[in-house]
Amino acid sequence: MKPHPRTGRIVRLSETARPRVHFHLDGSPCEALAGDTVLTAILSCADNLRQSEFGPERRAGFCLMGACQDCWVWQADGGRLRACSTLVTDGMRLLTEAPGGWPL
Amino acid sequence: MTSVAEKVVIVGAGPAGIRAAEMLVSAGIKPVIIDEGIRAGGQIYRRPPDGFIRSPRELYGTEAEKAVALHTLFDRMVADEQVEYYPQSSVLACANRTLHALTPSGRREFGYNRLILATGATDRLAPVSGWQSPGVYSLGATQIALKAQGVALGRKIVLAGSGPLLTLVATQLLKAGAEIAAVLDTSSMATQMTGLPGMLARPGLVLRGLLMRAKLGRLYHAGVRSLGIYADEQGPVRIRWRNAWGAERVTDCDMVGIGWHLRAETQLAGLAGCQFDYDADWAQWLPRTDRMGRAAEGVYLAGEGLRILGADGAEVAGRLAAHACLYDMRLPVPDSSADLRRMARYERFARGMARAFPWPAEMVRKTSDDTVVCRCEGITAGQLRDGVDYGGAEANRVKSLARVGMGRCQGRYCQLAGAELIADRAGISVCEAGRLREQAPVRPAPIGAWVRDA
Repeated sequence: MKPHPRTGRIVRLSETARPRVHFHLDGSPCEALAGDTVLTAILSCADNLRQSEFGPERRAGFCLMGACQDCWVWQADGGRLRACSTLVTDGMRLLTEAPGGWPL
Repeated sequence: MTSVAEKVVIVGAGPAGIRAAEMLVSAGIKPVIIDEGIRAGGQIYRRPPDGFIRSPRELYGTEAEKAVALHTLFDRMVADEQVEYYPQSSVLACANRTLHALTPSGRREFGYNRLILATGATDRLAPVSGWQSPGVYSLGATQIALKAQGVALGRKIVLAGSGPLLTLVATQLLKAGAEIAAVLDTSSMATQMTGLPGMLARPGLVLRGLLMRAKLGRLYHAGVRSLGIYADEQGPVRIRWRNAWGAERVTDCDMVGIGWHLRAETQLAGLAGCQFDYDADWAQWLPRTDRMGRAAEGVYLAGEGLRILGADGAEVAGRLAAHACLYDMRLPVPDSSADLRRMARYERFARGMARAFPWPAEMVRKTSDDTVVCRCEGITAGQLRDGVDYGGAEANRVKSLARVGMGRCQGRYCQLAGAELIADRAGISVCEAGRLREQAPVRPAPIGAWVRDA
């Protein structure tokens, strides 16, 4: 499979020689760098992290220091993680929307 | 029980927590240190993950030596087993001299005899129309992305707000090669001058700030009003603003960083029994302590969770809190008069800074009814005002009625604006509008961590 076709909102300014890490976003393969947070990893190939539960807009994090709780994303196994304070690892399967069957 | 057998727990491994630990260790105590970071250092001296190669000078500029000294000291205390260190661990609750924390290996309780809280600060936010859009971040977030990840959060960046971070982040981004479209300061040049006498307590810092400001040149605008972010589904497309002379301006962008100085992180202090006073200079509630940082029986505060004095002030406050802790344990303590003098000077500077780059009270009071105040749940200024009219002008009542402060961030980013809007609606002071009572857990906690295995 080809890497995720979209390019995200993040611009890498330095530290680009790190080893690559592969993960899945909404089922599509994506590439990140070792040491990226989940937030950096997702936003380097997509514009957003998740759908807001309370409004029409999508969300992409806000404080990046674990205080605002805007960046919780779903994992395919049903768990959630705070994207700004979790490092991406090889093989992660991340979702921008709740997995099927989750009552919202 | 001898006093040395007392258990001392420090929450936070930034400049204040590290210096507090150092002093306790030098007195023969092995403190427990609980910190949310992946690596110790706090926010301003945050360290990138392993594998990043920029030099300390590139990461921390003129403060590189201070950052390296703290990191080295902390790593040595951990390596020598002088401290019991729990990284990536969040304290969620505090009751009956026990901290309830979530660690990478699950839930854990930490009993303590004495507690030093060095919980730091977050950005202080005011609502701006459109700030719930993806691609609007805090100024602190903008800096963390650059420092700890080597990235810019957009291709064409506008920074808005007021305070030392505004100029600092802008110059750091420019130096790293990001494109900045505008730097919009809501403080006028006249207001900035009113803070100068106090700020001259640290003339070197004033000079450094002015040099940074000069590097921004025509990108920087003082006295900006009427901010409004316009966004499509992908995020911001432009920001509208009025300059100091009232002329309307429009700046295209795809990312906006906002923030008005800092807000002390005080949730655990509240749960630990601290009292609070409204401070007019910093326009927020700050914990009541003596000059060493004693807040309640066996509870000590240090760093920006106590007073917004910057990283240098946090280091000194960390030593003072540990000093008070040792003194109360009847252990010998070094002379702290030099540190107390330093603190007085840092506070004169910081109060000057708070006056020069103030909370935008008038802007907040004019927030339009359709502007989101609570980012967590999308609650608007209009809904908050309705809550005031129905239920009385008190922050906790308005929280119950309108849910402002009820969301996942627990009021960290709406409480101060909410109090301002309540005060405006009811014709009372912000202090009278009141402070939200903190509630455990102070971070979202997965229920699974509290369900015992059958």
